[in-house]
Amino acid sequence: MKLAKMVLVLIGSGLIASAAQAQETGTLKKIKDSGQITLGVRDSSIPFSYLDDKQSYQGYSIDICMKIVTSIQKELGLTSLNVKLNPVTSATRIPLMANGTVDLECGSTTNNLERQKQVAFAPTTFVTANRLLAKKSAGIKTLADMKGKAIVSTSGTSNLKQFVTLNGEQNLGMNVMTAKDHAEAFLMVETGRAVAFGMDDILLASLAASSKSPADYSITTEALSTEPYGIMLRREDPAFKKSVDTAVTNLFKSGDINRIYAKWFQSPIPPKGINLNIPMSEQLKAVIAKPTDSGDPAAYASVPEAQKVSAKK
Amino acid sequence: MNYNWNWQIFWAPSPDGVGTYMDTLLSGLVWTLATALTAWIMALAIGAIVGTIRTMPNRWAVRLANAYVELFRNIPLLVQMFLWYFVMPELVPASTGAWLKSMPNAPFITAVICLGFFTSSRVAVQVSAGIQALPRGQTLAGTALGLTLPQTYRHVLLPMAFRIVLPPLTSEFLNIIKNSSVALTIGLMELTARARSMSEFSFQVFEAFTAVTIIYIVVNIIVVNLMGLLEKKVAVPGFIVAGSGGH
Repeated sequence: MKLAKMVLVLIGSGLIASAAQAQETGTLKKIKDSGQITLGVRDSSIPFSYLDDKQSYQGYSIDICMKIVTSIQKELGLTSLNVKLNPVTSATRIPLMANGTVDLECGSTTNNLERQKQVAFAPTTFVTANRLLAKKSAGIKTLADMKGKAIVSTSGTSNLKQFVTLNGEQNLGMNVMTAKDHAEAFLMVETGRAVAFGMDDILLASLAASSKSPADYSITTEALSTEPYGIMLRREDPAFKKSVDTAVTNLFKSGDINRIYAKWFQSPIPPKGINLNIPMSEQLKAVIAKPTDSGDPAAYASVPEAQKVSAKK
Repeated sequence: MNYNWNWQIFWAPSPDGVGTYMDTLLSGLVWTLATALTAWIMALAIGAIVGTIRTMPNRWAVRLANAYVELFRNIPLLVQMFLWYFVMPELVPASTGAWLKSMPNAPFITAVICLGFFTSSRVAVQVSAGIQALPRGQTLAGTALGLTLPQTYRHVLLPMAFRIVLPPLTSEFLNIIKNSSVALTIGLMELTARARSMSEFSFQVFEAFTAVTIIYIVVNIIVVNLMGLLEKKVAVPGFIVAGSGGH
């Protein structure tokens, strides 16, 4: 172990030395010089950021990003600003953000303290909770009903980490399975490989709504955690962050956010014209009244008991 | 490049309850090796049999073996994984399907079976190529000595053929280790999957993938050296194999 650490430190020091020599230039300067801003967008984070049936990127986060772009264009006094959309995945969003390929990530990325060491976040624009989706026939109401059953969650998510912790803490004896993405995790419940899929409730709702038989599934009411979503940007770029923060705050103040929210969560959305029908949560209303980019769940609502248990780890 | 390098991340506690991030990666390595080695044994056994059948005088047996090879060789590994894991349980009777789905370690077993069959078809082709590389007179000499056809294969042809194909088999062994990473698509938490989850949790993407790159290279160098030793050990003086200098 000692030797491995030495080797890694040696490799690392070489890389750090080269990284430190890189020129620090602000994103605002880059946008002004090139007349272009690049947004990182997702393929299938319905309704935040996804490809519709006409092969164009749409969604709640993208609409918010476009508002930010307009505001920055005004601020820089540019007559035209070219907006480039660059598809990212959960695996590529960090490298592409770090190397300057994308300037804003408009998806469904959870803002937490650990990730803030690597990137910065705009004020929270959505608040979701970790819940369970199961077939109605399974009769799952709370996490306790999952005792000894198979539960699936997506690899690398904070949700998965919570189930692993709670499984040990509460002696549930669940078989915790991992799937590579949300679609595959849902497939595991659909085919009966897992009894429940634990994930952010909004993602569960959209997966169920766009499935073959939406009526077969139910989502538990018990919230296991609070997860704030935010637009992601590069860290250590205070000037750019200030512009983005101002744009988002103005969106909240003017009430425009309510229109955008209603458009994506309370009316039919492409491709299938499904209405998710999710009223605005109390937490989100509170954030809109008092914007915050905090990565601490406690800043949003009373932290669910289950989250306190798993946070102790 | 605006990236916060942090090589200390490997000694930070990982959120999945395994220990540090390094422990997480190492537990992934254990799954990678377990999957690759088990599947390799299966691939060698089936591949040797099918490869031998492909060189038999019986035309129907050859056709059957060829069909087997084409089936597993022509479908992408990623697709095969998906078929084994998600489609196969739906095709069998419901009770068998339910039993398959409730198996403990289902992703591991599925990955071994899928990798084993996929690689066995490639091993089969190499084994039959090895047998066909031998002079035809060897088979005739064997039968002239009064050996039955199975005895000729067992004592004359196969021992020589296997020595000839050791180098390509080494490549196949390396392939199976690398291909095991495809099992992350069915939820096996092997090395690459662990690297992905580490980068998701900590956002230290480059550190995670640098580490697994090094781990894969080290494992494969060990395998190459072991196979090299094996080649030297089984070399027959005067018979052309790697390590004996050749002609």
